[in-house]
Amino acid sequence: MIYEEASGSRYILISLIIAMALTILPLPDSIAGYRPEWVALVLLYWIMALPHRVGINIAWLLGICLDVLKGALLGQHALALTVLAFLMLNLSLRIRVYPFWQQSVMVGMMLFVYHALLLWIYDMTGTVEFTWAYWSPVLLGALLWPWIFIMLRDLRRRHQVR
Amino acid sequence: MMGIVFAIVLMTMDHRFNQLEKVRASITVLLSPVQYLVHLPLAGIDWLSDTFSTHKTLLEENQRLNKEWHQLRAQLLKYSALEAENMRLRELLDSSIKIHDRVLIAEVLHVEIDPLKRQIIINKGSRHQAFIGQTIIDALGVVGQVIHVSPLTSTVMLITNPDHAIPVQVARNGIRSIAVGSQEDYRLELPYLATNSDVKNGDLLITSGLGGRFPYGYPVAEVYRVEQDDVATFSNAYARPTARLDRHREVLMVWPDKPDKKPDQPTDKTTKPASQ
Repeated sequence: MIYEEASGSRYILISLIIAMALTILPLPDSIAGYRPEWVALVLLYWIMALPHRVGINIAWLLGICLDVLKGALLGQHALALTVLAFLMLNLSLRIRVYPFWQQSVMVGMMLFVYHALLLWIYDMTGTVEFTWAYWSPVLLGALLWPWIFIMLRDLRRRHQVR
Repeated sequence: MMGIVFAIVLMTMDHRFNQLEKVRASITVLLSPVQYLVHLPLAGIDWLSDTFSTHKTLLEENQRLNKEWHQLRAQLLKYSALEAENMRLRELLDSSIKIHDRVLIAEVLHVEIDPLKRQIIINKGSRHQAFIGQTIIDALGVVGQVIHVSPLTSTVMLITNPDHAIPVQVARNGIRSIAVGSQEDYRLELPYLATNSDVKNGDLLITSGLGGRFPYGYPVAEVYRVEQDDVATFSNAYARPTARLDRHREVLMVWPDKPDKKPDQPTDKTTKPASQ
């Protein structure tokens, strides 16, 4: 791989900040449980597209930010996002050439691992109620992936983020 | 690998020893632009709808509030007489307590956190002398308590959180119990009541002041069902919170007025949370 000069970091940052804002955007109670994991999805895209720039460290820091924003245990999302980033780093070269539907399936599986880890930690540290709705962001995330992919790819190409 | 180990260490420290409040507070400050990015447009919509509400609605609201104010004033007249009498009687018994708690209005940020956690974020923090464990109420009852404080915001755990419990007593007869949050929305549970204890539907539960965290006498919830468990060793009561936990825009922070503590006024200089 040819390492070009890094550029356009601010677009990565802005997309991640928007993802964080979407994560804490209040929704009506009836649909609040179905909120997709925006930060995880955007992070997955950047790791896939630019694995030499966005990696474990950024995932970890982002996870700490998410913990604070969501009022979760400090380190919970850091752990889950780190594992997510690790999976994506290992698969990024392959996933990049998959067709959309296959990418979606892979993203769905990674999100499943992410949510399973989160639920596991919730369960160890407090009282949680098991609902099927908890898993809906996995499915939603997989369904949303093609759109996120196209949107962020256009952003990346237009502003030549490398 | 390092990341995972470090995350686990952090979680353990946070969960077992609660040592990371400072770290959390400083990251919160760093991230507060994101919170305000979400909060401000929504607050702006509220402001717009306030600004462009019609003359008629304002007049109606004004009238209603005026009426309410007069009613409350009338009640207050009696209340102050009762308070004086109460103090006098308590002095006779040599057990005077202060009734006036200091309160401050805080605005709830239009920010949502984990639906599993039942928490809200308010726009007052250690700069306003918020402290961990502080009682948060609204006009109708107890809302919750502060669990994280940063200089400009605090996180409040609602009383309906399954990990939360609040000491209460039945207003009618003083039976004490503990109201635990529940996995079901907007419900509190009073587990392990004696089967013969006198708790009925419609009983108002107020804070008992035991445990020293919540000040005495604020309404918490109203009992709506009492049932015995399968083997009839205990009965459980279920109650609905009186505070409107789902539609807050403003809440009140309470500084309990302890007789042995000098009254503290909010200053903008202190950045340390006022310790109890």
